Amino acid sequence: MTICIRATGLVKRFGDTTALDGVDLEVPTGSILGVLGPNGAGKTTAVRILATLLRPDAGTVTIAGHDALHDPVAVRRIIGLTGQYASVDEELTGRENLELIGQLLRLPTREYRSLARELVERFDLTDAGDRPVRTYSGGMRRRIDLAASLVGRPRVLYLDEPTTGLDPRSRNGLWQTVRELAEDGTTILLTTQYLEEADELADRVTVIDHGRVVAEGEPQELKRRTGSQTLHVRTVDPADTERAVGLLTELLGFRPSVHEDNTTITAPADDTVLLAALVRRLDQEAIATDELGTRLPSMDDAFLSLTGRSSHAHTEESTV
Amino acid sequence: MTATAVPPPVTVVRTQPERIGPLLGLAHGLTLAKRNLRYAVRTPSSLIDTVIQPVLFLLVFVFLFGGAISGTWQEYLQTLVPGLMVQITMYASIGTGMALSNDISKGVFDRFRSLPIARSAPLVGAVLGDVIRYVVAVAVLLALAFALGFRVQTDPLSALFAFVLVVVFGLTLCWLSVLVGMVASTPQAVPGIAMAVILPLTFGSNIFADPETMPRWLELWIGVNPVTYFVDTVRGLMIGGPVAQPLIVSLFAVVVAHLVLLPLALRAYLRKVR
Repeated sequence: MTICIRATGLVKRFGDTTALDGVDLEVPTGSILGVLGPNGAGKTTAVRILATLLRPDAGTVTIAGHDALHDPVAVRRIIGLTGQYASVDEELTGRENLELIGQLLRLPTREYRSLARELVERFDLTDAGDRPVRTYSGGMRRRIDLAASLVGRPRVLYLDEPTTGLDPRSRNGLWQTVRELAEDGTTILLTTQYLEEADELADRVTVIDHGRVVAEGEPQELKRRTGSQTLHVRTVDPADTERAVGLLTELLGFRPSVHEDNTTITAPADDTVLLAALVRRLDQEAIATDELGTRLPSMDDAFLSLTGRSSHAHTEESTV
Repeated sequence: MTATAVPPPVTVVRTQPERIGPLLGLAHGLTLAKRNLRYAVRTPSSLIDTVIQPVLFLLVFVFLFGGAISGTWQEYLQTLVPGLMVQITMYASIGTGMALSNDISKGVFDRFRSLPIARSAPLVGAVLGDVIRYVVAVAVLLALAFALGFRVQTDPLSALFAFVLVVVFGLTLCWLSVLVGMVASTPQAVPGIAMAVILPLTFGSNIFADPETMPRWLELWIGVNPVTYFVDTVRGLMIGGPVAQPLIVSLFAVVVAHLVLLPLALRAYLRKVR
């Protein structure tokens, strides 16, 4: 296994804000890394640094053996980038955009013409290929953006939140394309806010929050830690919370998380028996609850179980 | 968790960083200039700037105010056209900053930056595209002016020289436009900021009327406004009159403006592309 993308100790500050606070990332050649995190976690900053659009204040970046900070042009030769900020010209048609990139890459005319035609067909834009991009729907827009990043036949592809705002059908289509690219040997780093998306596509997932890596592993592993369902318990009397936590610790074998309101307890709950057992035990102990049930884990729940704290509890420790 | 602490090896190729030569860089710039022109031809608002604006300025000033200012509109046409040539290119220069700012806000700029092309290419593309727009705008103005009866009263070579100078004057403002485009938070903010500079330069000059008819303070301003000397030079070359003295002042102003604006504009631009 060779490592294609390696970043160590990335630090980036914008004024008083620290966007990245020592991030390490590693992607083996031909695999997909999902970078998971809430808005403002530093995902986009990381991608911009890896794509040579931004220089880190500290850290190293190596892409396919090239030092990205020392030799950005060599890196630009092998990467493709798709994201909200790396876009196409809305006034040109889809085909013209692809041809323009071919021209900038100094491909022979015949080659970029046929390449543009191929990509337009592959991304199901044959009918729209000669219309200005500004007339495209959201899904078509993402597809032409992705197609544009493939003109240079990149070995490394960055996809920054490629499916945010897409309907399920477009999203599935895009997922399929990403899988095909990985099968062809492209190394892919994709950022997402959705655990589900990371689970669908990524070989490994790095979770970042507040500019730091807070968890890293295979999607299954992370899912095991977050659970497919989340148990929520809130006691009527806050004084009972600690006893309820004790009961749950007994049943789970580990201590569940308690929200910052100090009354809501959450825990991964794959086992339906757990809920029944908990109801029995709460009844025996005469602990009354306002809320007791299971839900699908939200991003917040996932963060809570992965990091031990809420993704919204931002304010307290940031001024250290 | 895995127990392996030894990271897999990464072979780093430590060669000379790859550079893009000036010729290749120019080729990239030309490709992007072509793209900017295609954009200019397709978007109606951009056509208004380059084609409709010269026509409107000429018609409004000649027929509405011409008689009042110079006695007859025919006479006013002769003095106005060289001045309008300068004014039109200055207005057209706003396009450079707009185009760059637009590309930055829409994400097109970062797409280009992620490609192995010269860092200068988007800037060269925008500026070259603009020069062509100046030429078109001035040509439109002159075509209409000729149709209305404007005549070059010197010789074709002088007129051609005037044309070239007008483009050079426009380029000076173009760097201001680049600077504004880089600093402005949105593309919509660019024309407003640029106009705040361009309006006093163009209207506060001898383009439209004789400064001697104006209040003393305005006359003083017009006397130090470089645009006045640009206009005097172009008038001299097109319809006759002293050229040497205003030309020297003009060229001096162009050099000074470049010494100030070019480094500022390039610094602002490089900060965005680095």
